Formats: sequence, structure tokens, C-alpha cells
Amino acid sequence: MHELAITEGVVDAVTGRLPGSRITCVRLEIGALSGVVADSVRFCFGLVTEGTDLQGARLEITEPPGRCKCRVCGSEFEPDGPILLCPCGSADISILNGQDLKITSVLVA
Amino acid sequence: MCATCGCSGGAVLQLLPAAHQHGHSGDREHVSSHEHSHDPGHEREHGHEHGHGDPGHIHIQVPADNERTVVLQQKVLAKNDELAQRTRHWLRARGVLAVNLMSSPGAGKTTLLERTARELAGKLRLSVIEGDQETALDGERIRAAGAAVVQINTGAGCHLDAAMVAEGLRALDPPSGSIVVIENVGNLVCPALFDLGEEAKVVISAVTEGADKPVKYPNMFRQADLVLVNKTDLLPYVDFDVRSHAADLRRVSPTALMVQLSATTGEGIQAWYDWLRRRTPAPHE
Repeated sequence: MHELAITEGVVDAVTGRLPGSRITCVRLEIGALSGVVADSVRFCFGLVTEGTDLQGARLEITEPPGRCKCRVCGSEFEPDGPILLCPCGSADISILNGQDLKITSVLVA
Repeated sequence: MCATCGCSGGAVLQLLPAAHQHGHSGDREHVSSHEHSHDPGHEREHGHEHGHGDPGHIHIQVPADNERTVVLQQKVLAKNDELAQRTRHWLRARGVLAVNLMSSPGAGKTTLLERTARELAGKLRLSVIEGDQETALDGERIRAAGAAVVQINTGAGCHLDAAMVAEGLRALDPPSGSIVVIENVGNLVCPALFDLGEEAKVVISAVTEGADKPVKYPNMFRQADLVLVNKTDLLPYVDFDVRSHAADLRRVSPTALMVQLSATTGEGIQAWYDWLRRRTPAPHE
């Protein structure tokens, strides 16, 4: 359940950047290959924000898909699930996109 | 609460000096964060001042209603990753090899380190940062085998993070030309996300587990530099297909090295020692 720690990290980051502001919405980007489960973050968010400047804030999550490049055939592809296999069969790939886990923006009242 | 991710708030750190050292066996030392002037934790504190505190400027857009959008574009693990990177630079500058050792609970991390500490005594300097949710039991085992240990209890936390490791390194003060093995909390999920500043990641797969662990936990195995297939002495008694494990590992990480060994009997363990020796920097003068 690292999502609890991750969600606490979100609260710390927002309150650290905008101390004393009342936050009404937090927008997160959780890439498909980030290793973080968006639903678990949603579950933790209400608990973690209680008593903070983020209490009652809405949580909006976008989940950009993964994007990989095959080192063997050179093609780019969107992986089908967490095992990153190129359609050519190669597992020798680099990840171009989808690993990000970031706070894109917040709404302040 | 830990500024990195919150969960390390309950983490308790305990220094267990090597068993052969005089006078301090089992002493609990409360480690001050102000002991050394060039430790990674101090660099971290400076980092708070002007490093990741300003990841870009804050752009404020004013929408029609009385809410305003503040664009942050901030990585959630930025603090952890930046501290880990500072730790990595510190370790390299000092000439210390740090290895992040991960597996599920019971795969043999502590047994491997006990044997490694005993058999490499006098050949390679080894110290250990031992992560568990609770108890100093594993730290005591390593200490009894002759290595210096810092035991970190993460409490509710399911993984070690860069702040805990930086504090552990400060307490251990590892000498140049030595190895620090960071024994992570037994867990194949959460530790994969947290960079600790290590030079290499080692994952243990025991033959008492399913051979399909690499494809079930691809985030963990994808990052492994070395996969140790442990408990090979039990292969005659369990249904573990080494070849299918190797094939599954190739599917998630074509470059990871795989070594079969038994930490209990010592079979195949030389390859692990050779791997460590090849990566250990020469001590600085």
C-alpha cells in the first residue's frame, strides 16, 4: 500500500508549495506505468487530507497510457498491460511515457 | 511525518555495531543528525533550501469564478528522487558500493547477508542497512555474523525511502572501498517505486515461491540488475522450473543477470561474491 505514502506525499507537496491556501481541487497525473493504482490513491485521499488545507478538496486523476520504443525493431508501441513486450516479440524496450506521477495543478479558493 | 512521503513518520533507527567491535554490542545509539559535516543528510537539508523547493515558477491563471488554478507540474516523488541522487553522488565520491536488496518476505535476504558477512570477513568490508516493519531481529542476526548494521523499523511503512537510507548511512559512516547492502522491507511491490541512491538493485526469487514471480511483479523485476534464485538446495522437493523463471525474467528484463544459489548450503554463492567484488570501488587514499 505505497499509495498511502504517495497520497501523503501529494498533501505535503501541495501544502509546502502553497502554505495556508484553501485547496478545493487537486489534479494528478498517474501514468499507466507508474506502479501506482489510481483507485487506491482516491481511497486514501479523503483520509489523508482530513484536517489539512486540502480537506474536502476534489481529486481529479488523469491516467496517460504507456508508450515504449523497441530497441530491436525500433517501433514505438503502447504496451498491453504491465509486461512491456513489443509486437515483434522483443522485451528489450525503453519506456518513453507513462511512468510519471505528478501533481499537475490545484484549484485554490 | 516524513517530508518525502509521509509513511516514514514512525521509522525508528537503531545502530548495531559489528559483533567483533569492542564494548558496544547491542547498544542503542540515538543518532544525531549533526554528527558529520559531509554526510548525505546535510546535503539534503541544503537541498530543501534551493533545490527542489522551486521546481519551476508558479503560474497562476484566474478563472471566472473565485477559484484560481495554480499550475504545479511537480513530481510526487521529487523529494525522494533528489535526495536519492544526492546520496548516490555522496556514495560515489566516497567510493562505497550500495546495493538495494529486495524480495518477498522469507526469500532469504537475511540468510544471504549472514553468510556473506561471515565468508567475506577480512576480504570485503560489508555493512548493512536493515529494513523491517518491526523488531531488530534481523539486524541482530547480521550483527552476530560480523557486519555493522543499522536497523530501521518502518512502522506502518511498507518500504524504505531515500530519507531513511540517508540517515542510515550517516549512522553507519561506511569506509571507502566498502559495500553497504540495503535490505529492504520484504515486499515485491512498494520498494520498486523508491530510489534509495543505490548503485544496483538485486532481487531474490526463492524456489519455494512461484517461478512466475517476474511476470507477476514486473515493476520490481524490470529494474533488477541481478536476480538471485535462492534455496536451490530445495529444488528436488518443489515445483519450480528454473528455465521458465529465466524465460519470464527475460520477458520483463532482457538484461538482468540471473544467478542460482543456496544461501543455506553455500552452493553457487561464489558468483554473488564475484558480482559484488567486481563492483566494489577501490578504497580512496
